[in-house]
Amino acid sequence: MLQVVDLTCSRGDRALFEKLSFSVQPGELLYVQGANGSGKTTLLRTLCGLSQPADGEVRWQGTPISQLADDYRSQLCYIGHANGIQGDLSAAENLRFGTCVGGADSHVDIAAALERVGLTKAARLPAKFLSQGQKRRLALARLLVATKPLWILDEPLTALDVHFGAIMNERLTAHVAAGGLVVITSHQELAVTGQISKIRLDS
Amino acid sequence: MSQNLLGTARCIFQRDLILAARKPADVATPLAFFVIVSSLFPLGVGPEPDVLSRLAPGVLWVAALLATMLSLGRLFAGDHADGTLEQMTLSPHPLTPLVFAKVAAHWVTSGLLLVVLSPLLAMQLNLPAHAMGTLAVTLLLGTPVLSLLGSVGAALTLGVRGGGVLLSLLVLPLYTPVLIFGAGAVTASASGLDTKAYFSLLGAFLLLALGFAPWATAAALRISLD
Repeated sequence: MLQVVDLTCSRGDRALFEKLSFSVQPGELLYVQGANGSGKTTLLRTLCGLSQPADGEVRWQGTPISQLADDYRSQLCYIGHANGIQGDLSAAENLRFGTCVGGADSHVDIAAALERVGLTKAARLPAKFLSQGQKRRLALARLLVATKPLWILDEPLTALDVHFGAIMNERLTAHVAAGGLVVITSHQELAVTGQISKIRLDS
Repeated sequence: MSQNLLGTARCIFQRDLILAARKPADVATPLAFFVIVSSLFPLGVGPEPDVLSRLAPGVLWVAALLATMLSLGRLFAGDHADGTLEQMTLSPHPLTPLVFAKVAAHWVTSGLLLVVLSPLLAMQLNLPAHAMGTLAVTLLLGTPVLSLLGSVGAALTLGVRGGGVLLSLLVLPLYTPVLIFGAGAVTASASGLDTKAYFSLLGAFLLLALGFAPWATAAALRISLD
């Protein structure tokens, strides 16, 4: 269970949100909504432990994530605005490196994962020749190979076409149905079925 | 089976070597700088062999030091821009050994190549033949220290505007002991003196930097990403 207690985050002198508390149970998707600049990305980065909150804490299974450190990160897959893709490596090399750093299985089937995101033909192409949407798909392919319970996704649907948007929604539904946790921001409509809770940051 | 720490570190090391091979200009620039700077000295101070051999240890060491500094910018900048650094920070493995793998790859593609080139440039500066071995060994011991200390500066100045100048201000003072004892050893060797003490000191610097720098770099990276 991911639990947020009295979380306050600020950028510079400006408080983005104050005393925010919520929890995400296994099998639940939390849809974080809010206008541009309302602190969605900051919240997600704080949940990952990339940014430090001004006050309050984030707990995983009841323990603050600052204490869990590596144990928490092994449960977590974060896809942020930046895709984490190096243009001079091929799509397959990028995915292999991404899963390796994420601590996933060493004998992961990279080819199968690339096929599922429709990048088989581009597997050997340097990633700098991929389109924005293809790069996004390559980043999201990490979710397929890493078997982590907690997904923290910052605008995963940007630049995706209708077809892969639908596939992504299916994947989210399946992950939640299997007892996974998802925290997501998106300006596109989510078509996920299952237990969904919403939180608005600018209200 | 989950990928272990050593496997992940090797993965990072190999990736950085592959990237260096695909972007040879990044590797060649500091090397070219090293060659050009040490070649300018004979043109500037004149071709007297005695003067050149007196200058050689210092010139080669300063040039190697500046060339290493020139290459520090690419250590983290690319990974910072494309989000790879975020993923590394969120790895279930401790960041310190992962950072060490990156610095090791950086040294192989900068410092090690400087060591290989140095005897050639030493000949040009009329360094006595018996001091060439000492030059290579001091660089072999000293350039990893430069890479390690430089990584702390590179991590601290990540994403800062005008970071390059700040980086040199941060790192150059830390480089001075390495320069003094590195060049000192070569000078001593050229005049036929014992160099054991210099080697011991450079080795001690290396051990100190190996223990402390990756940890400091990892901490600095976490601060820079916040």
